[in-house]
Amino acid sequence: MSSALQILAPDGSVVGELPGLSDAELRELFVHMLQIRCMDGRMLKLQRAGRIGFVGTATGLEATLVGAAAPLRQDDWLWSGLREGGAAVMRGLPLAEYVAQMYCNANDTAKGRQMCNHFQHKGTNYPSWSSVIGTQITHGVGAAFASMRRGEDTVHAIHFGDGATSSNGFHSGLNFAGVWKVPAVFVCTDNGWAISVASSAQTAAKSFAAKAPAYGFPGVEVDGNDVLACQSAMADAIERARRGEGPTMLVLKTYRMLGHSSSDDPTKYRADEEVEAWAKRDPIARFERYLIERGVVSEGERADLETQLLVKIDAVIHEQEAAPPMALKTLVEDVYAEVPYHLRREYNDFIAVAEKLGHAQPGDGAFPL
Amino acid sequence: MANLTLIQAVNDGLRTVMKADDSVVVFGEDVGPKGGVFLATEGLTADFGESRCFDTPLSEDGIIGTAIGMAMNGLRPVAEIQFQDFIFPAFDQIVSEAAKLRYRSGGQYTAPMVIRTPYGGGIRGGLYHSQSGEAYFAHTAGLKVVIPSTPHDAKGLLIASIQDPDPVLFMEPKALYRSVKGEVPEGEYTVDLSTLRTVRQGGDVTIYCYGAMVPVVERAAAQAAEQRGIDCLVVDLRTLMPLDEEGVLEAAKQTGRVVVVHEAPRFCGYGAEISALIAEHCIEYMEAPVRRVTGFDTPFPNTLEHHYLPDDRRVLDAIESVYDF
Ligand SMILES: Cc1ncc(C[n+]2csc(CCOP(=O)(O)OP(=O)(O)O)c2C)c(N)n1
Ligand SMILES: [Mg+2]
Repeated sequence: MSSALQILAPDGSVVGELPGLSDAELRELFVHMLQIRCMDGRMLKLQRAGRIGFVGTATGLEATLVGAAAPLRQDDWLWSGLREGGAAVMRGLPLAEYVAQMYCNANDTAKGRQMCNHFQHKGTNYPSWSSVIGTQITHGVGAAFASMRRGEDTVHAIHFGDGATSSNGFHSGLNFAGVWKVPAVFVCTDNGWAISVASSAQTAAKSFAAKAPAYGFPGVEVDGNDVLACQSAMADAIERARRGEGPTMLVLKTYRMLGHSSSDDPTKYRADEEVEAWAKRDPIARFERYLIERGVVSEGERADLETQLLVKIDAVIHEQEAAPPMALKTLVEDVYAEVPYHLRREYNDFIAVAEKLGHAQPGDGAFPL
Repeated sequence: MANLTLIQAVNDGLRTVMKADDSVVVFGEDVGPKGGVFLATEGLTADFGESRCFDTPLSEDGIIGTAIGMAMNGLRPVAEIQFQDFIFPAFDQIVSEAAKLRYRSGGQYTAPMVIRTPYGGGIRGGLYHSQSGEAYFAHTAGLKVVIPSTPHDAKGLLIASIQDPDPVLFMEPKALYRSVKGEVPEGEYTVDLSTLRTVRQGGDVTIYCYGAMVPVVERAAAQAAEQRGIDCLVVDLRTLMPLDEEGVLEAAKQTGRVVVVHEAPRFCGYGAEISALIAEHCIEYMEAPVRRVTGFDTPFPNTLEHHYLPDDRRVLDAIESVYDF
């Protein structure tokens, strides 16, 4: 990884040009990284306890999420894949909505329709991801085109994984972005794995970053376990896009420390030594060492910060456990702007049976036909 | 009123909305200065500028994926897929993304967009310039599927589709592009996206059809009247999703004898839905089994396409068979 941009070495020493962030800003990045790890831990516990169905963690990827989201403005867009929820929280997704989404309960803004780990936050332009790998890439490009056409200086950060670089959405998206010169930053998080397929098996190209010049714009490799390198590379790419100079692709090289999801056992396909080697490069430990050296956090303070975060997270979990069930009418709502005749009738047939069986709730009544 | 061909009416519809709404953008392969391979977008780049009507790279997946992003961020994209046969690289974007976005986001994000595409046979286009894939799309919740058969409806339905808050697949019968002409009102008007059109009144046999099959059925109905005195009620469905179900059932009840005509293959074709609706909701009115006149369950042929496509003789035979049952 010698060519990748690095500012902090794994031991926390400074080896590159520091971005001009204040102590308070640095500390905030650190807390956001801790929060992501704390939420992952809690969500995994809830999953094991059978309270939620599925977790796709970002453990080990905290520097990529926090570093790449930090330079975004509130009106910029973040197009996500599976693991960017922590970045959404950092930009303003309320923790309660995050947890409600994991519970897929009635407080979820998506009305419990998506499986876990599919967040959205309209207020900070963080749209809902489908599940279909690579499809959000062209959406981000089209939306960036719309921003550009209105003469706005909004930038679109389009996230995806190493596996997604093989999708047709990757090719279409980068190709259109280059031709249209849209204000977008492609953020490829190369976390080593696409479920059980190593990122080295995705392409015969020299690197993922090497693909970008073929589409007419630069590709930059970044140490994805170095939050300052991620922040700095992203800030540059965003400014370039804002100036109207077109897209950039960042490849954040990192490692998915846990399984693909709560349903995956990674020991089946990867060596413990590889995981241990990456553990030594842990992004949070690295940043902590730097911050201690700089006097921004003190030795042992991390544990206190984590305790505070967990208290906050647990309170939110407690609240969300008590959410009411989804209204049955949501079965047929939001398919179209208005519920069409055939769906009203399908629902009415269904609710007549539910009422006969005593399964209907108050308010579940039929639609007028 | 102007007397226009169907493709001129499409062009007029696009111009009308582009004039009224600056957020409408038209794009696709060769739609810019050339005006599209069928000339549906002729003159739009010249009249509205390159930022309103433009060519894209050759990628249906890219065209539809970026259209969704534009729609999510305030534009009203009208994307052209050059032939419906080439829509399948974008099938994922249409079915998994555009159609499901409103639902999966609980209504927070939507994709108000139109995909225009010429469909159907009759131009000697072989397997890949002739297909009628409406059933794939009508099967997809969240998508609207619209097929005009007259210049008047082409313009009115297109304007309604572009103004609609949901994604619409607008399938244009290329066989009718220049073969039908009709009166088209000037300026803006819309045709409702869930109301069928009664083409011809009659009390003996009901025939459902849409798109390029409408003139074929009209000819057959005229022959049935002339030769046998059979009065056909001809229904142009116009919007396959959402379907005017009440109108469909009403029309079936009026005669008790039903024929469904489409050029797409029969198996799981749109006619199956019409037959099933009638069987479920008004079987007691039926005097004869429902007959379907359709394309074959084969790939689209080339030199034999005139045998593959339902013609007035096959439709007439079906009319007689349900009438004489
Ligand atoms: C089109 C498609 N194919 C397969 C899958 C199943 N799947 C889900 S995640 C995944 C791997 C994704 O890898 P990557 O892009 O590297 O993202 P990561 O999970 O590492 O964040 C696969 C194969 C899917 N969701 N979509
Ligand atoms: Mg990966």
